[in-house]
Amino acid sequence: MNAEIRPIRTPAEQGLSGELKNLPSSGGARIVALREAAAKAFNDNGLPHRRVEEWKYTDLRTLMREALPVSSPAQSAQVEAHARLLIDTGARRLVIANGAVVPELSDLADLESGLTIQPLATALAAGGDLIARLGTLEPGRYDAALALNTALAADGVAISVAPGAVIERPIHVAHVFSGKAAASFARNLVVLGAGASLTYAESFEGPEGVAYQVNSATEFVVADEASLDLVRVQEEGANALHLSTLLFEVGKAVKLNAFTFTSGAAVTRTSLYARLNGADSAVSFNGAILLKDRQHADSTLFVDHQTTGCESRELFKHVLDDSSRGVFQGKIVVRQPAQKTDGRMMSRALLLGDDAEMDNKPELEIFADDVACGHGATCGAIDDDLLFYLRARGIPLKEAQSLLVQAFVGEAIETVANDELRDALVERAEAWLKARA
Amino acid sequence: MPAVQETVEQVRSIDVDQYKYGFFTDIESEKAPKGLDEDTVRFISAKKGEPEWLLEWRLDAFRRWQTMPEPKWARVDYPPIPYQELYYYAAPKQKAGPKSIDEIDPEILATYEKLGIPLRERDALLGIESTGGSKVAVDAVFDSVSVATTFKEELAKAGVIFMPISEAVREHPELVKKYLGSVVPVTDNFFATLNSAVFSDGSFVYIPKGVRCPMELSTYFRINERNTGQFERTLIIADEGSYVSYLEGCTAPMRDENQLHAAVVELVALADAEIKYSTVQNWYPGDSEGKGGIFNFVTKRGDCRGDRSKISWTQVETGSAITWKYPSCILRGDESQGEFYSIAISNGRQQVDSGTKMIHLGKNTSSRIISKGIAAGRSDNTYRGLVSAHRKATNARNFTNCDSLLIGDQCGAHTVPYIESKNASAHFEHEATTSKISEDQLFYCRQRGLDPEEATALIVNGFVKDVLQQLPMEFAVEAQKLISVSLEGSVG
Repeated sequence: MNAEIRPIRTPAEQGLSGELKNLPSSGGARIVALREAAAKAFNDNGLPHRRVEEWKYTDLRTLMREALPVSSPAQSAQVEAHARLLIDTGARRLVIANGAVVPELSDLADLESGLTIQPLATALAAGGDLIARLGTLEPGRYDAALALNTALAADGVAISVAPGAVIERPIHVAHVFSGKAAASFARNLVVLGAGASLTYAESFEGPEGVAYQVNSATEFVVADEASLDLVRVQEEGANALHLSTLLFEVGKAVKLNAFTFTSGAAVTRTSLYARLNGADSAVSFNGAILLKDRQHADSTLFVDHQTTGCESRELFKHVLDDSSRGVFQGKIVVRQPAQKTDGRMMSRALLLGDDAEMDNKPELEIFADDVACGHGATCGAIDDDLLFYLRARGIPLKEAQSLLVQAFVGEAIETVANDELRDALVERAEAWLKARA
Repeated sequence: MPAVQETVEQVRSIDVDQYKYGFFTDIESEKAPKGLDEDTVRFISAKKGEPEWLLEWRLDAFRRWQTMPEPKWARVDYPPIPYQELYYYAAPKQKAGPKSIDEIDPEILATYEKLGIPLRERDALLGIESTGGSKVAVDAVFDSVSVATTFKEELAKAGVIFMPISEAVREHPELVKKYLGSVVPVTDNFFATLNSAVFSDGSFVYIPKGVRCPMELSTYFRINERNTGQFERTLIIADEGSYVSYLEGCTAPMRDENQLHAAVVELVALADAEIKYSTVQNWYPGDSEGKGGIFNFVTKRGDCRGDRSKISWTQVETGSAITWKYPSCILRGDESQGEFYSIAISNGRQQVDSGTKMIHLGKNTSSRIISKGIAAGRSDNTYRGLVSAHRKATNARNFTNCDSLLIGDQCGAHTVPYIESKNASAHFEHEATTSKISEDQLFYCRQRGLDPEEATALIVNGFVKDVLQQLPMEFAVEAQKLISVSLEGSVG
């Protein structure tokens, strides 16, 4: 139940502790101290297991069997061959392979005015105002994935948009893994000045049949009246372990819209922490998760309303085939000063496979009285009446299912504002359904 | 609506002191020595004249309890409970067992009269004739022992066994032995294990095959002594095709120190049987500063063992400083049904962490959860529930609705549902909302001349109506009054 003596450390924990003996040294005293503190936190607490409430359904002690050595740089030809997600969207593309920026594949020319993009390694070496923001967002509790990322990530991208700058062209950061099984760590920082506007896309992909590990963390600092659209696509290889952490600090009257599409990796955990610090912001966090075989994906959200008048919306759709397992844990916290909060969270799951499993845990924690908060969660099979309707019109079973699934996830994908990115996502969902049929 | 009118009048008539059951009856009592060790367990067992197997059962529980840590996962915060400072057995002193109601200490009878529980069958009948309601058989538990059970003969005619569990151990050992601990195992959790070791009394009900219990059964629990813990154990068995409705009520005197109440309730419904279990819990909640009050750590679980069986829990939780209570249903039989209707009201500094578990194991099982939480003052009110479908629970259905209402800006309302589905044909729906009483509703009521407190009571009554309707009539009226009393002082 609790107060138990920590059992013997797993091989993965021992391996990770070994990796943590050689921390990157870039970035000055503050960053080095952050890395050391994170390494110490990991050595003290280890990997989470099912007794740790936030990881109840994703027992990393069991799921992460071994620790892999930190990956070495990839060959850019291989990377180019692998990177295929979101390529036709017209976005400015930056490529991160095995946790390091590949300059020859990254488009850093003709940056719009007000936009700064630097590889994190370069920014760390140079120091400066932007780096002063790195590591300032905290989940407020120990998170093993984030601790490992903080300790071991040495590269990624650092982006800042000057106050008032409106960047029309989306930025796409393509995370690619290639080569032999290893662990890659990337850390990104996105800072939007007051009134700035940006569309930011992240994609994750890698080879089939290689049991690699990806640990990515991105911090978003969104100042007053700024607007951020975030689109994420995760299609890692079928044997990969993928851990992502997203941290948001939201100022006042911000518009934030984040969407995650997940269909890859054997084990996925996406943790999202959003702190709503300013009044009257509107945020939405949505997702579509399509799983098959024995895939496991966990989306855990923590939305912290600290001040008045904010609106938060969450819509997550799971489609679970075969014996896959979907996990949704969403927590909306409304602090005492956060009066007039309007929060709505919805998680819906469609179980296609007889052995599929869905675990929902939508939580509300409310300390302010003048609020309107709610959550809903449903799970079940496709409605027989709907299938019958389509089949009565001569549509074969699989096709009828596909149509209904498409409509089901479509509702979540609809929330993406950018047309090209939305079309690309619809296309990814269709590809998944086609592979199924 | 006369009931609403009554609520409004009730609100008006209340003084500053909200808890009207806070009196203490001065009765000589016999206690076990303070503290808990194997000798205490033996003492209780000997007092009850229990057979050897039950003593062993208790001792086994006690040994296991010593190795268990106290659970900390609930959203409640309380000082450590001094388990060795409590009395685990207290019984009102009286000569040999009472043969009839007339031999019971008049002080105890007076206590129950004050509480509005008629123990004398004659009085009960008189009262009932005038209102035209149905009869209710009562088992009254005073501290650690049952003092009176009414209507025994009439129930016996129908074959229904309704008696204190200590008596049942002697008279129906085969039933007790078969079912005791079969729903809530000895090692289930910290508080259930403690209860297994030191339980003193409680009710035992057995409804034979095909019998519809002729009247509602009821137990009234009263903690009277200082520094005592109450550990009652209730066991209800509904044999094939039977039906029973069971009510439970509780009160305690007002004291500055906290008192512990750790009960276990086990329900077993065999094929086609139905058990309806209603609770109005009004233990002393402590004063407005959070001093005193009952720590209520209760394990309640029903096992729908047979096909087409049904268990329904209805609870109105208004009392206790700490409530930690999750009446659950194990839906084992095919087509079995579980229901949970709850109103949990917290005011002052009360902390409530309550909810249910619906565990779907059989095919075509269904469950329904309606939970209404109302938080006022500086209280915290948490709904914590689990709905799960096992791999073989084909076509399991669940509908959950939990709404929370916040009154005042110092309280908290939390919802922590766990929804786990391992079967594709299972259909689970869950919805939860949290809001305050809308300004529009209040304005509407006040325009029609109601003062803010009356208006609030009216709206709250509407908010909890779904659950109140599930209560037996006599209880519904009491519960409605209780709701308005609990919210007294929360507006303005």
